[in-house]
Amino acid sequence: MSLLEVQNLEVSFVTRNGTNKAVDGISFSVDTGKITAIIGESGSGKSVACYSLLGLVPRPPGRIDGGRALFEGRDLLQLEERQLREIRGRDIAMIFQDPMTCLNPYMTIGKQLMEPLRYHRKVSREAARARALELLEEVGIRDPASTIDNFPHQFSGGMRQRVMIAMALINEPKLLIADEPTTALDVTIQAQILKLIAELQHKRDIGVIFISHDLAVVADIADTIVVMKQGKVVETGDRAAIFQHARDPYTKKLLAAIPTDSKPPQALQPEPLITVRNLCTWFDQGRGSEPVKAVNDVSFDIHRGEVLGLVGESGSGKSTIGRSILRLVPVTSGNVNFDGTDLTALQGRELKQMRRRMQMIFQDPFASLNPRMTVYDTLAEPLLLHRIENRKTVGQAVLKLMDDVGLARAFVRKYPHEFSGGQRQRIAIGRALATRPEFVVADEPVSALDVTIQAQILDLMQALGREYGLTMLFVSHDLAVVRHLADRIMVLYHGEVVEQGSGEELFTHPQQAYTRQLLQSIPGRSLLA
Amino acid sequence: MWRFIGIRLLQAIPVILVVITVTFFLVRMAPGGPFDSEKPVTREVKAALEAQYKLDLPLYQQYFSYLGDLAHGDLGPSFKYSGRSVNELIAAGFPVTAELGLYALLVALGIGCLAGIAAALRPNTPQDYIPMSAAMIGICMPSFLLGPLLVLVFGIYLDWLPVSGWGDIPGDKILPSLTLGSAYAAYIARLSRAGMLEVLNQDYIRTARAKGLPQWQVVLKHSLRGGMIPVVAFLGPAFAGLLAGSFVVETIFQIPGLGRFYVQAAFNRDYTMILGTTVFLSVLIVLFNLLSDILAAWMNPRLRAQYGK
Repeated sequence: MSLLEVQNLEVSFVTRNGTNKAVDGISFSVDTGKITAIIGESGSGKSVACYSLLGLVPRPPGRIDGGRALFEGRDLLQLEERQLREIRGRDIAMIFQDPMTCLNPYMTIGKQLMEPLRYHRKVSREAARARALELLEEVGIRDPASTIDNFPHQFSGGMRQRVMIAMALINEPKLLIADEPTTALDVTIQAQILKLIAELQHKRDIGVIFISHDLAVVADIADTIVVMKQGKVVETGDRAAIFQHARDPYTKKLLAAIPTDSKPPQALQPEPLITVRNLCTWFDQGRGSEPVKAVNDVSFDIHRGEVLGLVGESGSGKSTIGRSILRLVPVTSGNVNFDGTDLTALQGRELKQMRRRMQMIFQDPFASLNPRMTVYDTLAEPLLLHRIENRKTVGQAVLKLMDDVGLARAFVRKYPHEFSGGQRQRIAIGRALATRPEFVVADEPVSALDVTIQAQILDLMQALGREYGLTMLFVSHDLAVVRHLADRIMVLYHGEVVEQGSGEELFTHPQQAYTRQLLQSIPGRSLLA
Repeated sequence: MWRFIGIRLLQAIPVILVVITVTFFLVRMAPGGPFDSEKPVTREVKAALEAQYKLDLPLYQQYFSYLGDLAHGDLGPSFKYSGRSVNELIAAGFPVTAELGLYALLVALGIGCLAGIAAALRPNTPQDYIPMSAAMIGICMPSFLLGPLLVLVFGIYLDWLPVSGWGDIPGDKILPSLTLGSAYAAYIARLSRAGMLEVLNQDYIRTARAKGLPQWQVVLKHSLRGGMIPVVAFLGPAFAGLLAGSFVVETIFQIPGLGRFYVQAAFNRDYTMILGTTVFLSVLIVLFNLLSDILAAWMNPRLRAQYGK
């Protein structure tokens, strides 16, 4: 018998605008010692389904309409809150997506780790602490004895996720639910966490539900894969069946969204549009401490019409390079030459003139759009600010932009919160292209998006790049995405360029150990071969 | 930490200097003087009095002479209560006002936090609407209306509590504290509701629930600290406001506190008394703001680490 057997689970949300069926009769099972992956894009109901098993969906507005969820012979959906609490954190534990926000910032990690053990097993403080130290050691926290009394903000994202995993495992649960546990992390960290989860699962012989939007992530670890779309299961199968003989068109679409190709080489103009020489951007840490050398002595050219990919993990300085070129952060030393003009020397009005020719697309389409401005206002603002259009002609220009980025004209009076993440990124792209720039810095433009949406946005950026004749600096931590889009790739490590070349060169003959490590971290690289 | 406190204290000096200067000249611009009364005194007597209190000197000399005295902690003699210094009058009135302010603050915190937390736990239900509507009424109702109302109900109709005085009859401190604290209770209720609501929607609260913790532990151990930070940051300005705003309540309940001296001083053109109380209160306000900022920063481990450097 399976560890967990979910049958015809139905969950809906009752809102003022009517009832919304989030989970529509799904069935799946998890076996002891196996990993079941649930795959689907945001809003497909994959998280809601798992949260509702543990009574973690707030009711109201949530409502469980039917189904059964047998865990060790008991139907979880019929249990009282008190009985469910007994199971939560003891028999079934969870890890969540964003380790930055999922740990309590006001409590030391030691206290948070010991809490489930103290509450469920009533062990003494000393025993709980000893167990917490053991687990921290096991999940790979260095020197746990001296870090156990630190607060979450003193750890990096990857380390926090390790702490979350330790916390979930401290009661030795029989089932672990991992909700997008690596989505907020860099590729290299993601690879480490995936390996850790697989190891711990194997060692303890527990069942795992692994929720993700990205098939590639689970390609190496899942035993069974459940593909969800709009609250329904469209396909279930073991890993080999899904990856090699997917039957459902949606599963095929998900597989196709994994970027696996590299951009074919194109002939470049000999004259570079941008030359960066010995660029240094250091951040002062206050008196007495060494400045942080975010970008240290970096030189490169970008030719007209070229897409230069910039790859590195968080803190490698890749975003800072983009911002330094646009003069969004003060440059410490070095030159940035744009079409014959030294940008580092520009001030005031001249700088504003140049800004029109250079734009930026940001990572988080939720944070980078002003929530009080309609799409129309957002797109019209740069056009009016730079006097490209006047009050009479701006309306037409805005509609043209909306067509270009693939947004329906009817949306023009809507506010950002009314759009999905992908649509918002389209608005952000439209805003960046409004001034008809020659050069665009795209700072992780797809890393906050689901894979299928990511593929659409990448296609859009490629098409617009051709149409507008754009030169682009494409910043990302994801080598597979960069290879798909960029003509040339620079690998950045601790503020310095360690390797550069075409995607094909880097993937087939990486010269540096760090590049090789990045390549090995790409999820589902078996699919790429 | 000490560096931070030192900087804040240094920053306070110009603030207080501006307060003194503006008050000094504003008071002098008001028509009339301390020795004008309905029954006019002879010119000689008035001149003698003015000479005694240095009022015959040019204004700027009076100003610097006052600053000089102030530097020694001397707030000068009162013009109205002859023979008593402003320092003595403040020393007599302040303990009463401080006690009243403290009780009012406790009332405000107790009622406000409970109402705010209760409302945040079940937003958009009667458990939210009822305390929050009461809070709105509390903010809108001025103390000169609420005070007499409370006196009517509890003092006269029900005859449970004394209606005036301070420390003479047991229980006479209850009504003034309630009156003064209620407006602040309302503010604190709204602040703590907003703070708690924000924290309760955080991801780490979901983590706490996923651990299987019961509701009371989720609220007390995981939410309270973060949710109460805005309230703590408000405590400084609130206590200062209670001290400065207590004169209405002191008048209603016949309490011999600083507030009453302050208002009377303004009517009497008791220049040194007005200035002295203003300086005293502004120093207190600066100190309490600093104190609550430190407390709020200390409650947040991230800020604690920053200031700790």
